[in-house]
Amino acid sequence: MWLRNLVFIGFCIAGFAAIAGGLLTAERVDEPSLAHPAQFQSDDFARQLRALNAEFETDWSEAGMAAAPRADDLTIARRISLGLTGTIPSLEEIRSLERQPPEQRIPWWLSHILEDRRYADYVAERLGRAYVGTEGGPFLVYRRRRFVMWLSDRLAENMPYDKLVRTLISDTGLWTDSPAVNFVTVTLDQNNDKGPDEIKLAARTSRAFLGMRIDCLQCHDDNLGTINLGSDADPVDGLQTHFHQLAAFYSSAKSTGRGIQDDRNREYKYQFLGAESEETVTPNVPFYPELLEQRGTRRQQLARWVTHTENRAFARATVNRAWAILFGRPLVEPVDDIPLAGDFPRGMDLLADDLIQHHYDLARLFRLIAMSRPFQNDSRADFEITSRHEDHWAVFPLVRLRPEQVAGSIQQASSLKTIDADAHIIKRLQKFGQQQNFVERYGDIGEDEFDDRGGTITQRLLMMNGNVVKERTEPNFVMNSSTRIAILAPDDETAVTTAFLAIFTRRPADEERSHFVDRLRGKKGYARQAAVEDLYWTLMNSTEFSWNH
Amino acid sequence: MSNRTDCGTRDHFHRRTLFKAAGAASALWLTPVAEQLARAAESQPRGTGAKSIIMLWMQGGPSQLETFDPKPGAAISYGTEAIDTAVPGIQLAKGLEPLAEIMQDISIVRSVTSKEGDHERAVYNGKTGFRPDPTLVHPSLGAVACSMLHDNVEIPRHVSILPGPFPARGGYLGDQYDAFKIYDPRKRIPDVTKRVSDERFKRRAKDLEILEANFQRRRIIRMNENKTLHETSIQAALKMMSSEQLKAFDVAEVPESERAPFGDHPFGRGCLAAARLIEVGVRCVEVTLNGWDTHANNHAGCKIQTDILGPAYASLIKYLKQRDLLKHTVVICGGEFGRTPRLNGIEGRDHWPHGFSICLSGGGIQGGRVVGETSPEPKMEKEHWDQNVADPHNVADIHATVLHALGIDFKRELQTPIQRPMIISQGSVIEELLA
Repeated sequence: MWLRNLVFIGFCIAGFAAIAGGLLTAERVDEPSLAHPAQFQSDDFARQLRALNAEFETDWSEAGMAAAPRADDLTIARRISLGLTGTIPSLEEIRSLERQPPEQRIPWWLSHILEDRRYADYVAERLGRAYVGTEGGPFLVYRRRRFVMWLSDRLAENMPYDKLVRTLISDTGLWTDSPAVNFVTVTLDQNNDKGPDEIKLAARTSRAFLGMRIDCLQCHDDNLGTINLGSDADPVDGLQTHFHQLAAFYSSAKSTGRGIQDDRNREYKYQFLGAESEETVTPNVPFYPELLEQRGTRRQQLARWVTHTENRAFARATVNRAWAILFGRPLVEPVDDIPLAGDFPRGMDLLADDLIQHHYDLARLFRLIAMSRPFQNDSRADFEITSRHEDHWAVFPLVRLRPEQVAGSIQQASSLKTIDADAHIIKRLQKFGQQQNFVERYGDIGEDEFDDRGGTITQRLLMMNGNVVKERTEPNFVMNSSTRIAILAPDDETAVTTAFLAIFTRRPADEERSHFVDRLRGKKGYARQAAVEDLYWTLMNSTEFSWNH
Repeated sequence: MSNRTDCGTRDHFHRRTLFKAAGAASALWLTPVAEQLARAAESQPRGTGAKSIIMLWMQGGPSQLETFDPKPGAAISYGTEAIDTAVPGIQLAKGLEPLAEIMQDISIVRSVTSKEGDHERAVYNGKTGFRPDPTLVHPSLGAVACSMLHDNVEIPRHVSILPGPFPARGGYLGDQYDAFKIYDPRKRIPDVTKRVSDERFKRRAKDLEILEANFQRRRIIRMNENKTLHETSIQAALKMMSSEQLKAFDVAEVPESERAPFGDHPFGRGCLAAARLIEVGVRCVEVTLNGWDTHANNHAGCKIQTDILGPAYASLIKYLKQRDLLKHTVVICGGEFGRTPRLNGIEGRDHWPHGFSICLSGGGIQGGRVVGETSPEPKMEKEHWDQNVADPHNVADIHATVLHALGIDFKRELQTPIQRPMIISQGSVIEELLA
């Protein structure tokens, strides 16, 4: 009997030791393999990065402003993690990062993130919003979740982005077997037999892939002179016909028993403003007609034109969205309203060129942006920072985190281990279940995801008194890191530092450390757990937690 | 932490106090645009005694022919009948009997036109009075009212009950003027109760100050006021959590005999909650009734909607009148557009912004009047659309009229955060609605 008890006690001690070790050491962060840091050391990458930085440095010089110094590695890692996985680094990831040689940390981190399935899943969701919105869509014939999973798989294999978009525009088949066709079926009107909605598809195509808002041309010509479909030297006013000719490419799409198929005999008819009756509209592109090839189905023709290497609108739109995903705000605002001609912000054309030259390699685009000076600049400086500095990217702009980023960060901060595909199923289910409710309450702004907005009373109430923060910080040794820290940290200072790392991805400043160590001093048992819970609550209710910086 | 900046109390916003504060660089609660608004308010015209707004937002675009502009006997009615009302000469569509009884308190503008036929764009137009502009987000009517007029309210002064996909926003005035969203008032207001003891909560809030001070150091100037509104919203949230005025949200407190006439559905409860919120001083409440997008089976869809709208709307007017609040409260009822005179192939009506109805009551707006007229035999050719409407008014005119009733000088230009001059409303007052 005594032997059995001894073995049981031994197991308990070993378990505690393992958990306690998690506070201080890393355990299961794999070394990145496919996206090796060496990619960052190629001459080509380094040359492009230098050129990109030079463009911004010239801009700051011309604007007569200083730029902030480089932020520390942990801050940059946090930004990358929030942008590409929708959550903050875990404590074990931080430990692994800090074991890397200083000059290799950020390249290593980028490789680690880009190989992590969380990257593909999260960026797929962000892109999916632009492609199909956030609504449920028509019953049965539209499977949003399957669509986003398909996107995620393509991102995980780093499919060239132009190929991905061509598939979206022109794929055929059932919405279950060929998930890309959900891009089309989301517009099906089940109340009649009209098939996919060409007008919605034209608007999505112009916004999501070309970064142009020409929706107003649906009803009338551009009377305000805001849409130029030509060049600066040779402007072309936007006309109602431009929009509907674009829509006409989708008229061949037909919903059949075999899913979405193309029928070349289907015509697109529309009654233009002032016309006596409907007329058949011939497909045509709103600009760069010389890039349109006549082979294949209408949708294939459109797909090739949209992604043509000389159609710079596509490359710019991709750059603008990738920039926005990482920074939280795009180079050109709104994200889907980039002029076809004119002066573009620094960095835009250089990144667009690089994207085209490297076969629309989205991962490389993210790497270039994340390694650039604008992205790595601190949000703090020794000069007075104004919104003008943010507009020029001379400092990293403060950007409100999206609801799911806040929810994901709460979940991650409550666990010392990384909540990824390898995490325990209970943790992942918990994250999924709590996140949906939280996001709805916090205020999902749907497709307008890059709106620059401040915080609201509703959000503060949710963070101060809501269920998620309460459940993820209250005493619970099995599920919550706050309790583990309270019980297992060897001293108060380690407890405070660990909490700061888990929540803020940084160590406390001296003043913060001494203040919060005082709060823990002398407390034992439940009182200590409650004190660490209070610390967690306080950190999670700060500006620093809710804003990217 | 700084004082709250969103919903000023009378003490905070008394005009003379305001000017003193505006001159001080430390007036942390005053955004540049809010400062201009405060100055604008100083020279405001008298108005008609209105202080508050209730917006009954008919999401989807109600058919004017099945609600406030019936055409009995005309081909375009497709059988919809009309009923007489308490005001001779004014008819409503059958199904709105509760409103017919109080027609003397409601006026109808039957000649509203707009150029927006898409839901999102038209809602923007309806709620802000401006067409969408990719370079600027305009504030909704309620946000303007909240910015210009000040009071002693501790709970949000701009509330959206049952918010649809496009709730009222603060636009360039700032997110602090966004409507506070709540859902069916039968449920508890979420997240307003502390999860720990008062003492512990205070300690947590105090600790937060340490973090905020550190985070703001060497970062963008006036971070809270110009950027995050974090501390502002925390202060407002704290004040709200301890306010007695929260009870106004709780319609369960109302005796069954008063509650029943509003109807046993979320919209009815929303209207009752709206009235109670106005009673405690909330400036603008928006209550959304979704379901008016009747592209198919229009008549059946409208019947469902009017069965909900009629009793709730009428009960709201009566509730306000009984408490002498109607004379201070403008009640607006309308959607983003109307619906086509002709039925489509599946007996639905499609979007029609070329002549639809919006109703107004209270706050100095005279009841029992009809402004404008739509043709019972409209010409459907696009070049003739403007001939179908007599005495047309665009959506901005509705806004101008309400702002005038509130005593707000809507012709004044404000500087947006990027220093762009922007008039508060481009509309003109509809004089026929005033005394």
